[in-house]
Amino acid sequence: MNAIILTALWGVVMMFGGVFFKKRTTPKYWAIAGIVIVLIANILEFFGHPFFNVDTKEMLRFDSFGLHFNNIAFICTLIFFLLNGRDFEKIGLHVSEYFSLMFFVLCGVSILSSFNTLLLLFLGIEILSIPLYILSGAEKRNLKGNEASLKYFLMGSFSTGILLMGIALIYGGNSLGSFYINSINLGTGNLSVLIAAGLVLILVGMSFKVSAVPFHFWAPDVYDGAPAVVTSFMMTIVKVAAFVAFFRLFQSSFGPMQHQWQTLIVVITAATLFIGNITAVFQKSVKRMLAYSSISHAGFLMFTLFALNDTAKEGLLLYAAAYSLATIGIFAVIIKMVDYSIEGFNGLGKKQPLLALTSVIFLLSLTGIPLTAGFTAKFYVLMAAVKDGHQLWLVVFAVVCAAIGAIYYFRVIQAIYFKEPVPGVNDEIHVSSSFKFLLVVTAALIILLGFLPGLLIDWIYY
Amino acid sequence: MLGTYYTFPELLIWIPFITGLIAIFIKNNKSVKMFALLSSIATLVVSVISLCYSDVAHHPEFFYYNNVSYVWMPYIGSSFSVGLDGMSFLLTFLTALSYPLIFAATYKTDYKNSNAFFALMLLTQAGIMGVFVATDALLFYFFWELALIPIYFLCSRWGGEKRIFATFKFFVYTFLGSLLMLVGIIFVYVHTPSVSADSAHSFSLNAFYNAVLTPGQQDWLFWLFFIAFAVKIPVFPLHTWQPDVYEQSNYPSVMVLSGIMVKMGVFGMIRWLLPIFPAALAKFDHLVMVLCIIGLLYASCIALYQNDLKRFVAWSSIAHLGLMAAAIFSANNLGLQGVMLEMLNHGINILALWIIVDIIEKKTGVRKISELSGLAGKSPSLAIFLVIIAFANIALPLSNSFVSEFLMLNGLFQFNIWFAVFGTLGIVVSAVYMLSMVQKTFYGKANGLVEKAQKMSAGQGIVLFVLVIAILFLGIYPEPVIHLTQTTVTDILSRIH
Repeated sequence: MNAIILTALWGVVMMFGGVFFKKRTTPKYWAIAGIVIVLIANILEFFGHPFFNVDTKEMLRFDSFGLHFNNIAFICTLIFFLLNGRDFEKIGLHVSEYFSLMFFVLCGVSILSSFNTLLLLFLGIEILSIPLYILSGAEKRNLKGNEASLKYFLMGSFSTGILLMGIALIYGGNSLGSFYINSINLGTGNLSVLIAAGLVLILVGMSFKVSAVPFHFWAPDVYDGAPAVVTSFMMTIVKVAAFVAFFRLFQSSFGPMQHQWQTLIVVITAATLFIGNITAVFQKSVKRMLAYSSISHAGFLMFTLFALNDTAKEGLLLYAAAYSLATIGIFAVIIKMVDYSIEGFNGLGKKQPLLALTSVIFLLSLTGIPLTAGFTAKFYVLMAAVKDGHQLWLVVFAVVCAAIGAIYYFRVIQAIYFKEPVPGVNDEIHVSSSFKFLLVVTAALIILLGFLPGLLIDWIYY
Repeated sequence: MLGTYYTFPELLIWIPFITGLIAIFIKNNKSVKMFALLSSIATLVVSVISLCYSDVAHHPEFFYYNNVSYVWMPYIGSSFSVGLDGMSFLLTFLTALSYPLIFAATYKTDYKNSNAFFALMLLTQAGIMGVFVATDALLFYFFWELALIPIYFLCSRWGGEKRIFATFKFFVYTFLGSLLMLVGIIFVYVHTPSVSADSAHSFSLNAFYNAVLTPGQQDWLFWLFFIAFAVKIPVFPLHTWQPDVYEQSNYPSVMVLSGIMVKMGVFGMIRWLLPIFPAALAKFDHLVMVLCIIGLLYASCIALYQNDLKRFVAWSSIAHLGLMAAAIFSANNLGLQGVMLEMLNHGINILALWIIVDIIEKKTGVRKISELSGLAGKSPSLAIFLVIIAFANIALPLSNSFVSEFLMLNGLFQFNIWFAVFGTLGIVVSAVYMLSMVQKTFYGKANGLVEKAQKMSAGQGIVLFVLVIAILFLGIYPEPVIHLTQTTVTDILSRIH
């Protein structure tokens, strides 16, 4: 509860603060202060000290899994604000409002990690999405940004509609007439037409949100068109929060009839992995390549839904942290560049050795090389799928796709270290030493999680 | 810590790993070279001391698979366990011996960013050592990949013009192979019995040996593991990366790749493939062996027509490893003993061969066989070395390979006479291409290029001398090696049959 209330409050503070802040650099510090407060409050709640005792009629349930996910999301946001806080000033004039919208998104994130009824799920999704429709079009004079915003809005409201339809059918179909996700959990005996149809519609609606194939068409354009700072946030924290909601809902509501819908997940997973990886190979812009690669990561995250066991739960959190940290890190470097093409990275190893080294660690983590968090995350989700024991070909297919993933990530690594710089492209990259230090911290976290995943996972069972 | 000899397998990993990390910060070209050489000598010293304890009869504690085991990820049943048995002793010794020789032989060569170069070389060594001593499947996988990443950067950064693409092909092949193995590891893990209260399954080697797998499961798991190891060795038809990488890369990396890293594949098959999937082995051994023998003959025939010395050595190496892989799958005492011995011998021989090719290229500026002739007149000592090494490569009696290839062919013979026949044919062809290479490059009339040639450096001379002594010693008295690895072979065979 701490996180939900404080993020919403801080969003309001930031919004009205915009009127009073004299300098454009001020909101950044307020935002950082805000996220630190939210993080501390959430950690306190995690250890059993909630500030607010609101009777939600069990519509929200704060378990260690959800609160721990909040911790991860807020830490990632903190790192993101510290790394990219200044880049919000480049988007436009309304810096304070951008941060305010970010906090509303975080409010949605905390609702999605603790919802207990379908109504709150819907509310969380909406609170999460609406600020993002605005943020993705924040660069008002950028045509691609406008396109992204409109596309995201249309597709987003469309998918929310489908989700809502599914919720209605589930509500009508279960004999208790309940929105509570636990009470829908009725087993295969109650699988009526209404429930089945509702389940499929919810699956489709959520697949839209996590950009799983074939509901991914908005993702590359939106991620490419939105300002790079916003993309970084959308691709990481927002996406994994949607996955946590997806997982929470399906584990609580539809777990017993897993084998009825598992085939659907298998098809979506295979398609997501395939399309995401194959298309990413052909991209020339690193930003767009990462957009497609985020689809392929969605494919790996789908494995947690496929398996729905304890290992999947652990894997989901680990993957959320690993993927978010690495993507935020690599995006922080990209944002400092003028030219986003792969050639723009040529010779970075000579121009900025430290930036190059950390970028390579981020890319290795995204590829899934051992000793980075990306590996342990992939390892966990694959282990969850193998433990489930069905459809093992999918696991083999996934690792083949991971090997394809190496092709496009390593193309950037090759550009960084083995190619000569192109004159006139990204000649001037100015970064402060605190930025460098933070990149090193992020890379160190990734490596730490790469050989001690227990540091993160153990807290689920706190 | 240093006081107990239990820590040897750890030291073999940590010395190169830590010195590798330190080497990044030594900017001076000369001092980083010296530093790397000293580090590799330190590793060699540890390895030699560990060999003194290798006598299992007097030090039974070394026969156990886990000499050291630390808690690493108890919640999934994985631990940092390393240990040495006969085969590990042999291969860690080969690795420890090769590195100082490589550094000494290429001591005169200068590199751009030499600190990064030597750091990556040492990190590769740490990874390789880890592969050979790990007794935990997940740890094994970690090291397997950790050996790959630095060598990828080494070969891509320093080398010929097409190095980036060639090395990348190698990387994707191996990465795909190891990911498939990872799926296999996870699957076997899920079927292991529990060994501790913390987790339901375990990644330890013993748990893997005791995993309950139906023959049907073994069938496809076998191939998942096999592909990973076969890419590294490489077994036909997964060999296509090798000639390109050998041609394009710098010499020290190629020496590491061909001398030591290919042994990772052989080692993996013996330790992680045969004993875990005996039922699948019985089913597929003929098929695999056909692939190996095809590779042997095919590579030998291609080696006959190679003009580039580097490609020539690459193809001859594929041929030798084809025979080794075939002998593994004969799965009998003679065959496996032959493989053990040949792992050491092949490492020594190919290292010597690369050093000579390096000297030739440095001296004359070319490595085309057609452009070279009459080198013997200019540097007779090099010619003597090359002839001995060439003889060792074609397994002449008194040379080291004779014993090992004799054992391997004997193993094949026991398995199926026709494989032995074709294997021997491969050796005959190897005599043809080796001798014709020696003849074309070293004898005949000296041409202008060769006239410019200078004497080899003292370092190279010493290294070649050491290697030739090793070749002759192992050819005359291979007993110590056979004694060392016998327990491993017996153990592996007892798990197969």
